[in-house]
Amino acid sequence: MKEIATKIEARFCELGVKVQPDEIETRLDQLINKFKVPPEEARRNVINYFLKVHNIPRTEFFEKRETPQVKTSEIKEDGKWVTVRGKIVQLWESNQESIAQAGLLGDESGTIKFTKWTKAGLPSVEEGKSYLFKNVITSEWQGQFNIKLNKTSEIIPLKEDIEVGSTPVEFSGAIVDVQSGSGLIKRCPECNRALVKGACGEHGKVEGIYDLRIKAVLDDGEKVQDILLNREITEALIGITLDKAKEMATEALDQAVVLDFIKNRLVGRYFMVSGAKLDRFILVETIKQDVRPIDEDIKRLLATPVAQEA
Amino acid sequence: MAGNLNPKRTSEFPKSEGGFVREVAHRVFAAEFRESNLQAKDGHDQYSPSYLLTPTGVKVNRIFVVGTLTEKEDIGTEAQFWRGRIVDPTGAFFVSAGQYQPEAAQVLAKTTPPEFIAVIGKPSTYTTKEGNVLTSIRAESLQIVDAATRDRWVVDCAKHTMERLERLKGDNPDAVKAKEHYSTNVEHYRAMVAQAIESLAK
Repeated sequence: MKEIATKIEARFCELGVKVQPDEIETRLDQLINKFKVPPEEARRNVINYFLKVHNIPRTEFFEKRETPQVKTSEIKEDGKWVTVRGKIVQLWESNQESIAQAGLLGDESGTIKFTKWTKAGLPSVEEGKSYLFKNVITSEWQGQFNIKLNKTSEIIPLKEDIEVGSTPVEFSGAIVDVQSGSGLIKRCPECNRALVKGACGEHGKVEGIYDLRIKAVLDDGEKVQDILLNREITEALIGITLDKAKEMATEALDQAVVLDFIKNRLVGRYFMVSGAKLDRFILVETIKQDVRPIDEDIKRLLATPVAQEA
Repeated sequence: MAGNLNPKRTSEFPKSEGGFVREVAHRVFAAEFRESNLQAKDGHDQYSPSYLLTPTGVKVNRIFVVGTLTEKEDIGTEAQFWRGRIVDPTGAFFVSAGQYQPEAAQVLAKTTPPEFIAVIGKPSTYTTKEGNVLTSIRAESLQIVDAATRDRWVVDCAKHTMERLERLKGDNPDAVKAKEHYSTNVEHYRAMVAQAIESLAK
């Protein structure tokens, strides 16, 4: 309690207000010992009391606390106050009155969603510009993290341009599905989109360009992870080139033979992948069959029942 | 939250936020799968997924199994309807693939047992006249794999089963439901896992 009192006094002292330590302690003592208020709540109450007495705005008292600057990829906890340096990658239209702006901001380590509350009264940010976001709070939604800008937050425009990168992620599990749209496909020469029945969603019927890719689902028994393999990675993994795939399709008069060939080699087997995360996908940079020895696991599992009975 | 925002580029939103989430393929040993008989549904409309709750308390809407195909048979009258028996260290699974699972049926048709097979499918149950519940897997995909993959699956399945047994001690709602319905004997399933793992150690 003494400690709390000293801290409160010191903080008020910094603001140029002299508060009697005795008075702080008396109030704390009354709340904590007599009225059974938890110490953290008591501290808050006492601070508020003196702020009112001396007519100091709350923001002045609290905002001075510097929050740690973190990279977007380091945000892994809900309800933490942090400072982030980043570039506005994208702004989304918001039709909610309580949200002034929302979008995606990125730094060297990756991207994160942000929400700026209308109530925060902060200046507008622009797509493609870099800022320092001071005192923002992290939150979690469906396993994904985002940050919220409120009235204690600050936005400082930066002159430099922050390069947005990504941190590779890893996942291992069994491939439980190879999705349609995998294998030998045709892409629109204009926009590179995959054609559906020889037509592009944007440009209609076009003469497509052949490509080879895999869209698959990895599953570790707890989570599913969509993965995307480009031509180069696909060729290396299944051991056939785009030309060979075209040959196979011509011979069989059916593009689906390539897809069957891929499924045959991948489905039901264990793989380890790493790559950049994009939405729900991992853009695979490396993939290899999981051949880590299982002997250790076997030993550990054999030992478990005994250990638990002890 | 994000659902109220109108993104300029919809592709930036994970599909899961639109309400569709792919079901995880759970790892369950044959002995446990055979003893499962409690079907459950999340929600009440016709689109809510249905699950088979197993004695160790996992709600299975999709299952992943690797074992040895020992028998197969086309029991279809007009269209092909394949049924197979897939054996793991603890027992056997029944797998089916009919006209609505053409790819899986095709693989099953051309495979000569014995062979290591991986199956991803949906659990289904059938109640006999005597009131016994028989479980089987309706295959979504089915592929021939190697012995190493089969062993890796046994370890994978053992790990998940042990984790579930651990979770049975707590108050996880599925665990509570499983204990209520099956009065799960933890030692029985621990012995099942041990038996599976010991078969690998030899």
